[in-house]
Amino acid sequence: MSRIFFFIAEAFRALRRSASPSLAAIVTVVMTTLLLGVFIPVIKASSTTTSNVQKQLALYVYMHADATKKQALAAQKKIDKVQNVKRTDFVTPKEGLDKLKQNVGESEIGQGITQLQGKNPLPYSVVVHPDNANDLPAIQNAIAPEGKNAKPISPAIEVVNSGQQTANAIRTVTNAVKVMLTVIAILLLIVSLLLIANTIRLSIYARRREVEVMRLVGATNWFIRWPFVIEGLIVGLAGAAIAVAMLWLGKLTIIDPLAHNFALIDNFHTVGFVPLIIVLLGASVVVSMLGSGIVLRRFLRV
Amino acid sequence: MARSKTARDAGSRVLAERRPSHAAPNLGRRPAAPIVEMRHASKVYPGGHVGLDRATLSVGKGEFVFLVGPTGCGKTTLIKLLIRELKPSEGEVLIAGRDIAKLPESKIPYLRRRIGTVFQDFKLLPNRTVYDNCAYALQVIGAPRKEIKQKVPDALRLVGLADKVNSYPDQLSGGEQQRLAVARAFVNHPPLLLADEPTGNLDPETSIGIMQLLYRINRTGTTVLVVTHDREMVDKMRRRVLALDEGRLVRDQAGATYHEESTSEFGVRVRAEMGVREGHTNGETELSHEELR
Repeated sequence: MSRIFFFIAEAFRALRRSASPSLAAIVTVVMTTLLLGVFIPVIKASSTTTSNVQKQLALYVYMHADATKKQALAAQKKIDKVQNVKRTDFVTPKEGLDKLKQNVGESEIGQGITQLQGKNPLPYSVVVHPDNANDLPAIQNAIAPEGKNAKPISPAIEVVNSGQQTANAIRTVTNAVKVMLTVIAILLLIVSLLLIANTIRLSIYARRREVEVMRLVGATNWFIRWPFVIEGLIVGLAGAAIAVAMLWLGKLTIIDPLAHNFALIDNFHTVGFVPLIIVLLGASVVVSMLGSGIVLRRFLRV
Repeated sequence: MARSKTARDAGSRVLAERRPSHAAPNLGRRPAAPIVEMRHASKVYPGGHVGLDRATLSVGKGEFVFLVGPTGCGKTTLIKLLIRELKPSEGEVLIAGRDIAKLPESKIPYLRRRIGTVFQDFKLLPNRTVYDNCAYALQVIGAPRKEIKQKVPDALRLVGLADKVNSYPDQLSGGEQQRLAVARAFVNHPPLLLADEPTGNLDPETSIGIMQLLYRINRTGTTVLVVTHDREMVDKMRRRVLALDEGRLVRDQAGATYHEESTSEFGVRVRAEMGVREGHTNGETELSHEELR
């Protein structure tokens, strides 16, 4: 027991005595933890966005322009009975136009809509939500089979737009972004490890004479090593704590106010701040401890 | 805890435990069981320089032995071989009858704990106080705090550093650093004490002080091996002398006209003899002692 206290006291003594290398090590840990703390949620968020986009996928069934409301409602009822359809939304031409206006805003198309002067060119339509995005092709095929003689389940239906191409495009882009972010994150991790290892190496190198003396006085390797490992633990803990505090501040002041505006950032919440903190703390402590213990090896061969 | 206990046992096996006693030390006579033995031990450094050339010697328990020779003759190499800082290229080095070249890496610390070493460059820990430097030798072997609190002040008192407990090595004079190195080497009462040039670069008065200290330690039953090129001091001590030249052992001379004397008698005699020869007055040595501080 007294030995543990001795090692801890030794570690603190070393930290106090070599303040500037210790500070350098802590700053290194802060920087790398901070970078990781930003990158992990971004990568996580980009993958959750992909699945969200898939979740939002739906079929848009457009009626003929001359189809009546009655015909359209009849078509909707038929669609409701198709397998794997979760629910359907009926959209009148007026609602469709409103939504279109909302989407295009004040752009040229928006200007064009105002020139319609009360005429509404949009037909009735039905939005079909599937149980699962993967069922979309099957549902589409059930509503409006492909082929020359194939006919839709209701004569009122003119066209079925799956939005599959948009989804594919989004998926390709997000996948590319994900791969890029992952590569950057891995590079970052390697750089962090090297940086931390090098900082620790420098601080131990400055004390190699001391280590040599300890060896010659009869200290076992572990007796010399423990204070260094505990020192690494303290450095890792301190660095990670500062980084987490900064991340938390950043989350409060920058991310949270913006969260309502961006779907991507909104998904930040899905990462979970607490698990993130635990991972970051654990990683930096383990890296710093192992770093100290391993780097010391070469100085213990006296 | 169990680990440190077995560790200590291992240490004791390397060198039999020997408590300091004020029983009559083994004076001059060659005892049966040698504590240090070298059999044709050679050390060739990478690059071909021969540090030690087929040295054969034996030092018995309780002996006080000088190792002399010109600079670069292999004295420090011999010390390094004894604490396994170096391995012999050929031959055997035995401590308490054990070939230490065959000692596994993990057992070396336990060997070193049973050998107190005063290094030529002191090898003090620069960021520790006098007290902590001395205590480190005990902390290393896992000594209980109570024992440390008792032994460290004793050792520091013995070397006359009791009033410098809180100083750092760079605040000490050369002689004081030297004496601290002796205190650290002796604090856990090792059966064997090696001192590499303990009087190098010190004024005669301080040198005599250190020699007196080593003499006192030897009288508690500790085997002492002193490396020096201070011929005059060696002559005054009248002890066994081993002489090295270019790595070879060229002389092994038993202490001739030796008679037992107390530590203070020894100090008075050597001071008197040296004082006459060197022509030092007390005032002058006092002055040079002050300058060192």
